[in-house]
Amino acid sequence: MPNVSVNGITIDDTFAEAFGMRATAIIITAPNRKWARQAAITMTGFATSVIGCGCEAAIDVELPPSATPDGRPGCRVMIFAMGTEELQKQLLNRVGQCVLTSPGSACFAGLEGSLELKLGSALRYFGDGWQISKKIGGRHFWRVPVMDGEFLCEATTGLTKDAVGGGNFFVMAESSAKALDAAEAAVAAIGQVPGAIVPFPGGIARSGSKIGGKYKGMIASANEAYAPTLRGVVRSELGPHINAVLEIVIDGETNEAVAAAMKAGIKAVIELGPKRGAVRISAGNYGGKLGKFIYSLKDMLP
Amino acid sequence: MKALTFTLVAEPPERLDLSPLTPERLAGMERRDIEKVQIGMSKHGSKVGDIFRVAGNDPLDIVFEGGSTRLDRVAEGMRGGSVRVVGNAGAQAGRAMRGGKLTVEGNAGPHAGSGMRGGRLEMTGNAGDHLGAPLAGELAGMNGGVLIVRGRAGAFSADRMRRGLIAVLKGSGDHAGSRMIAGTLVVAGGTGEMPGYLMRRGSILLDRAPESLSPSFVECGAPESVFAAIVDRHLIAEGILKRPLLGKAPQKYGGDNAVLGMGEVLFPR
Repeated sequence: MPNVSVNGITIDDTFAEAFGMRATAIIITAPNRKWARQAAITMTGFATSVIGCGCEAAIDVELPPSATPDGRPGCRVMIFAMGTEELQKQLLNRVGQCVLTSPGSACFAGLEGSLELKLGSALRYFGDGWQISKKIGGRHFWRVPVMDGEFLCEATTGLTKDAVGGGNFFVMAESSAKALDAAEAAVAAIGQVPGAIVPFPGGIARSGSKIGGKYKGMIASANEAYAPTLRGVVRSELGPHINAVLEIVIDGETNEAVAAAMKAGIKAVIELGPKRGAVRISAGNYGGKLGKFIYSLKDMLP
Repeated sequence: MKALTFTLVAEPPERLDLSPLTPERLAGMERRDIEKVQIGMSKHGSKVGDIFRVAGNDPLDIVFEGGSTRLDRVAEGMRGGSVRVVGNAGAQAGRAMRGGKLTVEGNAGPHAGSGMRGGRLEMTGNAGDHLGAPLAGELAGMNGGVLIVRGRAGAFSADRMRRGLIAVLKGSGDHAGSRMIAGTLVVAGGTGEMPGYLMRRGSILLDRAPESLSPSFVECGAPESVFAAIVDRHLIAEGILKRPLLGKAPQKYGGDNAVLGMGEVLFPR
């Protein structure tokens, strides 16, 4: 099957392979946008990959005051994990250490799901008996006294079992700077897609991996086929002009959200063009045998 | 299906117990049988047919055309559907409601919404004393649902309230929220003597500083409050109020420290 070329960029005839995950979402609000973002960024730090972080998390969208429950600026944060128990643990640890502690913050459910995860109903114990339960309009909140007033936190948030993790594509360019420009364009475009996150630093991974390695105990190791410095010595996937490859990894609330995010990201890379950005786009997979979800690049073109 | 309508023919000669005339209890009944239900509470023993002209056939949509302060226990124990009183209602309107909607287009007597557990009770006029409160000997008052009084409420509103929301929009009498166990009481338009008297937990939300407060309430500062924002937005979204009640950082008084002391009285500074 031949590769296709769109706007001078080669699109490999391959596909991304993704897996089912558990996901939840919360809405964090604060007195201003800066502190809403700060709480969200802090709680989604060290949440790039389930391999070593327990979960994958990032800001889904920023919310204007008109779209939050308390009329203050906010962020919707999504968290993904492989199992419900780990997701619950990560949610409580991260909200407890990073949102409860952040000045002026409040925390609300960000997802209506088939199941519920504990949020305020567990964090309330910080109140040491002074916490107040309030049911307003069918929603249950906990008010926990803190040093700048009260931390208001919804009792529970939803869990979805329909989430998908590991949607991806590679941007391949002649230089690191061009690869980064292309990847940044893709991340900015994906930021506009609701229900999808890019959990790696700034949305970009430079150490795309293969499963396992030659050393015992390594779950993932260097993907040498895409490492430009090894182009001559291994069976490389890289042509003669490619000197940098960056990966965009996408987690989504649904299969459709991941597909929409891939489309948006690939469109942005194509629009940037080969002179300023990527000359080739590819994707990572395991031969199609492991993942439940397949995203063929030719279906993701604008 | 047309609304099941009870039109008052003349002022009743005695107090009436209308608790048999709820959507649940009228379901499947023929009009002839409905007219035979006894509702009079004295030796007259009036039946529905003696007092009302009955029309319509939808028991989920009940209307009492023409009110009287003698119409007691309207919609008592209702679980669903809608009951509307065009005029005044007597004592214990909507008592022990669990669901559905009761609207009184006029005033209601004492113990309106007493022991409510769910649903929505709204009156355009005033409420008597003991709004949502327990009857003598009962341990808890309102236990859920929404109770809105567009006019004024008498004394002891929300007495022993445990859960739910009561909103009184044109002021309340003395001891509003007395002995509250939990829940939320909103009073716009001023309160009488000692709101929150002996309250254990719960929130009393006012549109102005109370004129008198029990000395066992203590000043608790006025930090910015997300709870206030949530309540303000909810009251406006539900059509209960038109403007925010508490604002961004309401003043808080905690009490009543003569008992547990975990309740609060909030009002804008």
